[in-house]
Amino acid sequence: MDQIIVQVLNGLDKGSAYALIALGLTLIFGTLGVVNFAHGALFMLGSFCAVTFSRLLSFSHEVIDETRTDFLGNPLKVQVPYIQDWLGPDLAASIIQWSVPLSILFAIPVMITIGLIIERGLIKHFYKRPHADQILVTFGLAIVLQEIIKYFFGANPIQTPAPPAFNGSLDFGIWLGFDPVTIMYPYWRMIYFFFSVVIIAGVFAFLQFTTFGMVVRAGMADRETVGLLGIDIDKRFTFMFGLAAAVAGIAGVMYAPIVAPNYHMGMDFLVLSFVVVVVGGMGSLPGAVAAGFLLGILESFASMPMIVQSFPGINQIIIYLVAIIILLTRPRGLMGRKGVMEE
Amino acid sequence: MFGLESKDGKLLLLVAALALLAPVILNPFPEGSAMSQFNAGYPDLMQRFVIFGILAIGFNILFGLTGYLSFGHAAFLGVGSYAAIWSMKLVTMNIIPSIIFAVIVAGVFSLVVGYISLRRSGIYFSILTLAFAQMSYSLAYSVLTPITGGETGLQIKSTDTPLLDKALEAGEIGRANLFGYGMGSSYQLELAGWQFTFNLGYYVAAVVMLISFYFAIRIFRSPFGMMLRAVKSNQQRMNYAGLSPKPYTLAAFVISGMYAGLAGGLLVAMDTQVGPERMFWTASGEIVIMVILGGAGTLLGPVLGAGFIKYFENIISKINESILQGWFAFLPDGLQDFMVAVVYPFIGKGWHLTLGIMFMLVVIFLPGGLIQGGQKIGSWLRRKKNVVAKDSTTKPAE
Repeated sequence: MDQIIVQVLNGLDKGSAYALIALGLTLIFGTLGVVNFAHGALFMLGSFCAVTFSRLLSFSHEVIDETRTDFLGNPLKVQVPYIQDWLGPDLAASIIQWSVPLSILFAIPVMITIGLIIERGLIKHFYKRPHADQILVTFGLAIVLQEIIKYFFGANPIQTPAPPAFNGSLDFGIWLGFDPVTIMYPYWRMIYFFFSVVIIAGVFAFLQFTTFGMVVRAGMADRETVGLLGIDIDKRFTFMFGLAAAVAGIAGVMYAPIVAPNYHMGMDFLVLSFVVVVVGGMGSLPGAVAAGFLLGILESFASMPMIVQSFPGINQIIIYLVAIIILLTRPRGLMGRKGVMEE
Repeated sequence: MFGLESKDGKLLLLVAALALLAPVILNPFPEGSAMSQFNAGYPDLMQRFVIFGILAIGFNILFGLTGYLSFGHAAFLGVGSYAAIWSMKLVTMNIIPSIIFAVIVAGVFSLVVGYISLRRSGIYFSILTLAFAQMSYSLAYSVLTPITGGETGLQIKSTDTPLLDKALEAGEIGRANLFGYGMGSSYQLELAGWQFTFNLGYYVAAVVMLISFYFAIRIFRSPFGMMLRAVKSNQQRMNYAGLSPKPYTLAAFVISGMYAGLAGGLLVAMDTQVGPERMFWTASGEIVIMVILGGAGTLLGPVLGAGFIKYFENIISKINESILQGWFAFLPDGLQDFMVAVVYPFIGKGWHLTLGIMFMLVVIFLPGGLIQGGQKIGSWLRRKKNVVAKDSTTKPAE
C-alpha cells in the first residue's frame, strides 16, 4: 500500500509538467488550429527565464573587504551583488534565495511577448497551410530557439536551486498512519503539484467565467460565426497563443529546481506531451490535463521494482504503448471532441 | 535507357557521373592550401553522402509521394544496422549477406509498424511512428541489451568467429569485406598538389545508391507511383473510384523502410559498429530535414539535401574561432573582431542554428526545397535572356 502511494506521489509532479505543457499545446491547437512543435522549446525558455533572473539578481561588482585577507595577505576582494547595495544584505540574500519563485513575475511578461512575436511573425502565415507544414516550421523554430539558448548558456545543465526553505522532504506517511520515513515527498515537488493545479484551475476559470474566455470558447466552437458577429476573433486567438506560451514558460520556471535546465530539455518533454495531447484527445482541454496526470502516474507505476521484474523494460515504453493502444482503439482520444482532426 | 524516358535517363547518367567522380569533384582545393579544409573528398564523408542519400531517397518515396510524414524513420535504419552487424558476427564478414539481411529485417519490421500506424493519417500517423521509434530506442537502450549491446552498442570483436569465414589469428579483428577486398582499402592518387582517394567502400555504397536511385525513378514513373500521388492529393476521391489507398501506402511504407534498412546495413559495412542513438527521434528529425531541405517529391532533391546536411555537419562544424580570425585578418582590428563575433554563432559548433534557420526559410518560402529554388532562379534567368533576345530581334525591324 505505501509503495502505491509513493508511486502516485512520484507520478504527480511529472504528470503536472506534462499536463501544463499539454494544456498549452491544446489551447493553441483548439484556438488557432496549429500543431505547435515548438511548445517544448517554450517550456525550455521558461526554465532559462529562471536562470537568467537569478543571474540578473546576482549581478555584482567587486569590493575590497579590508577586514579579511586572502592567503597572500592582501585585502580580500569580494563580489557584492548590486541588489545588496540597494536593499541591504538580509533582504538581498533572501531575494536571491527565492529567485526561482520570483522569476515567475519576470517570466510571464517575457513569455507572453515571445508568444505574441512568434504568432504574429511566423505562425500567422501558416493557418492555411497543411498540418505537415506547420509541424515542420515549428520544428525548425524549436531547433533555432534551442540553439540560441545553447549559444548563450552553453550545453551543460545549470543548477538552479529552490529556496532553502523548501529543501528536504515531507514525511507524508505519518499523516496516513504509516511508519515514519516510508513515504517521503520533497517539498518542492509538492509545491510544483499544487502550483500546477492552481495554474490549470486559473486557465479554466479564465475561459469559463470571463467574457473574454467566453468569446474564445465560442471561437473555438465556430470561428466563422463569431467573426460574422463583428468580433475580432483573431486578436483574441493571438492573445491565447501568448497565454499558452506563458503557461509553458512558468511550468518551465518552476521545473528548474527539479531538473537542471539544459538546452534540449524542451525536446525531451515535447515528444511526451504530444503523446499526452493525443491520448487526451486533440482539442480537449480537460482531456489534456487528465491524460497528463494519468500518464505521469502510469509511468511511475511502471517503474516499480515489482512490475519491472515481471515485464522488463516496461517503464521505458509504457507511455508509448498506451498511446498506440488508445490511438488505435479510441481514435478521438480519451475526451476528444467530435470532428476535430479526425483524419 | 533501362526503360527510362530520355530526361530521366540523363538525370541518372548525371548522378552516376557525379557519384563516380566524387573523389575528384569534391576535392577541388590542393592539399595543404588554406581552402583544403573545405575538401569533402575523403572516404568517410563521401560514404556518408551516398548512404544518407539512400535513406533520403527512401523517405521521399513515402513522404514525397503519399504525403505521410513519418517521424520515426531512424528506427528502420537502426534495426537494419543491428541486423547487419549480427550477420557479420555470426555468419560471415562479407558485406553482401549482411546488407541483404539488413534489408529483409528492416522490411519485416516496417511491415509491422506500417500495418499498425497506417490505420491513422495526418498528425496521428506522425505521432504513432514517433512512438514506435522511441519505443525501439528505449528498448535497445535498456532491456534488449543482450541483443543490442545497450549503451555501448555493438562492435566486431576479436572473439567473434563468423561461421563461414576462415579462422583469424588470435587477437585479430575481422574486417568487413567484399569477397576478401576490405572496405577500407583505397587507392591514393597524387597529382601536382592534389590528392585524390579512391576508396572501395565508397564505390560499393555509390553503386548501391545508383541502383536505389534507379529504382526510385522507376517507382516515380510507374502506375504504382501514380497511385501514391493520388493518395496524397485526394484520398476520398480515390475511395469513390473504388480503390483502397491502404495497400499502396503500406507498400510505400515498407519500401521506404527497406531503403532505410539498406542504408543501415551499408553504414555497418563501412564502419562496423552500431549504437542505439542511431534510432533516437532527433535522427528521424534529421531525415525529415534532409528531404524537405532538398525538395520533397522530387527525384534529386533528397540526395542533395542529404549531401548538404552531411557537408555542414562534417566540414562547416569544424571551423573554429581562430580559423575565422584568419579569414577576416585583412580587416582592421576592431572590424575583424566584430565580423568574427557576428559570424561565429552561425558556424562551427553553432551550425545547427544555421541549419534550423535555413530549414525554416525553406519551409516558409520554398515548399519545394532547394530544387524549387534552383528552378525558380533558372526560369528567372531564362526570362531575362528571352527579354534580351526579344530586344535584339525587334531592333532590326525598325
